[in-house]
Amino acid sequence: MNSMAGKRVIWLAVPALAFLAIFYAAPLFYLLARSFVGPSGFTFGLFSAFLADAYNWRVIGNTLRIAMLVTLVCLVVGYPVALALARARGFAQVILLTAIILPLSVGVVVKAFAWQIVLRRDGAIARLLVSTGIWDEPQRLLFTEPGLVIGAANVFLPFMILPIYSVVKLIDPRLWEAGATLGASPLYRFRKIILPLTMPGIISGMAFVFSMSVSMFVIPSLLMGDRFQTLATLTGRSFLLMRNEALGSATAVVLLVLAVSIVVGSTWLSRRIGRSA
Amino acid sequence: MTAIEKASSALIWFVATLAVIFLLAPLAITVAVSFGDSAVFSLPPPGWSTRWYERLPNTRGLAASLGTSVQIAALSTLISLVIGTLCAIALVRGEFRGREAIATFLVSPLMLPGLVVGIAMLQGFRAMGLRDAWLSLLVAHVVITMPYVVRTVLASLSLFDFTLIEAARTLGCNTAQALRRVMVPALAPAFLTSGMFAFLASMDNYPISIFFTDAWTKTLPIQMLQLVEERPDPMIAAVSTLLIVLAILAMIIGDRLVGLKKLAEF
Repeated sequence: MNSMAGKRVIWLAVPALAFLAIFYAAPLFYLLARSFVGPSGFTFGLFSAFLADAYNWRVIGNTLRIAMLVTLVCLVVGYPVALALARARGFAQVILLTAIILPLSVGVVVKAFAWQIVLRRDGAIARLLVSTGIWDEPQRLLFTEPGLVIGAANVFLPFMILPIYSVVKLIDPRLWEAGATLGASPLYRFRKIILPLTMPGIISGMAFVFSMSVSMFVIPSLLMGDRFQTLATLTGRSFLLMRNEALGSATAVVLLVLAVSIVVGSTWLSRRIGRSA
Repeated sequence: MTAIEKASSALIWFVATLAVIFLLAPLAITVAVSFGDSAVFSLPPPGWSTRWYERLPNTRGLAASLGTSVQIAALSTLISLVIGTLCAIALVRGEFRGREAIATFLVSPLMLPGLVVGIAMLQGFRAMGLRDAWLSLLVAHVVITMPYVVRTVLASLSLFDFTLIEAARTLGCNTAQALRRVMVPALAPAFLTSGMFAFLASMDNYPISIFFTDAWTKTLPIQMLQLVEERPDPMIAAVSTLLIVLAILAMIIGDRLVGLKKLAEF
């Protein structure tokens, strides 16, 4: 008799599933249900009140703008790095892998604090830009949007590099040579061979970085302060400081819907591309 | 190689070099600041000292929050390893529908905004009558650590040859012995690496923990952020440096166990 196969083995899944169902899935459904149920049944009241306030639209705008900028910076920097990582051997490979993996194991509070130091008026970036002549005099990047984008891009960059790397390393180098043999120019080969084959990695990298940027909380709290609100910081503040649970629940549900639609949308998109490729 | 290929190759390596500096510089600067004797983060510091480290033991709340974090991280990782591995076995060996959906469900806490999960848990736990801060933290952190365990152990189990267990039993082991002598050693690297990164994820978590702390029960990131907001000084850099050392250790161990390339798999 094989004790580790068949239908009976399903019972081994029960402890973990029950735990997550009770302490994770049920609270999420409870949050959703409470935000759609008013005194007289089903209602969108919470959300129409939230969306009627012009300030909240600015918050949504802030959130999406910052997330798009961070994603763009990560893509522009991360794509070449993923190509380099796939080609790297020996020492270069170890250095690149270390630079990508080590920051992943360091907490976000540590990294956000480091960026508070780096972005000051007398910090490393201001001094670098002054000494290279790009800036005439040192400026403060801390508590500015460019500062936030740089800091967030630094924290999320590995999540762009790794998914792209995971598809780049699967590309058969002979495809590139075959294209050359057939007389295609390097740019044409990049557009017709490398780019389509790496598209699933680009999509999942962008989805990771975008959804993490939308929901980041510690980084804007430390690098932007209270005057600038995103959906996540507003959610946190309304629960932790303002004790306004109605507002917090509304923003939390908006964030949840955003995050889930990014995951579902990107999965659908990369499957579609995977089929047509 | 044509000129364009040479130029693009040079560009790729140039960007990669800048990215390495970009990724590691914040950590290096934190370490440098922590050993400086200036209170205003000037770099390079006018002199070197260990005075920020000497102040650590006397900083109110720091030791206690470290203790809480280590307890919660160790216990939640252990619970996740046990129930997560059992579930992974069921998913790999079971013959039932929806296995992929279950795997996605177990990993999903990683994909949802931490703050939203935290708020949902805060309201949910309250409705269930779970009010104790420490116990709430533990339960929440089992959910946080579960994805790391399930992802790695599942990948490792799907490569494990279960007929080895039958072979061990044929050779005279009972089921418990067969599991201990055949399956546990084969899965040991997966247990260790996933346990390590689950532990670190729990130690670092902020957006969920923040909802379950009270005056007496705080985790390290919560205490650190509070200190940063109250009086940002290089003492925070000293704490950060210790956490960076912990991350370096975890990476070295992970490299020895499964190799850096495997750690980079996504």
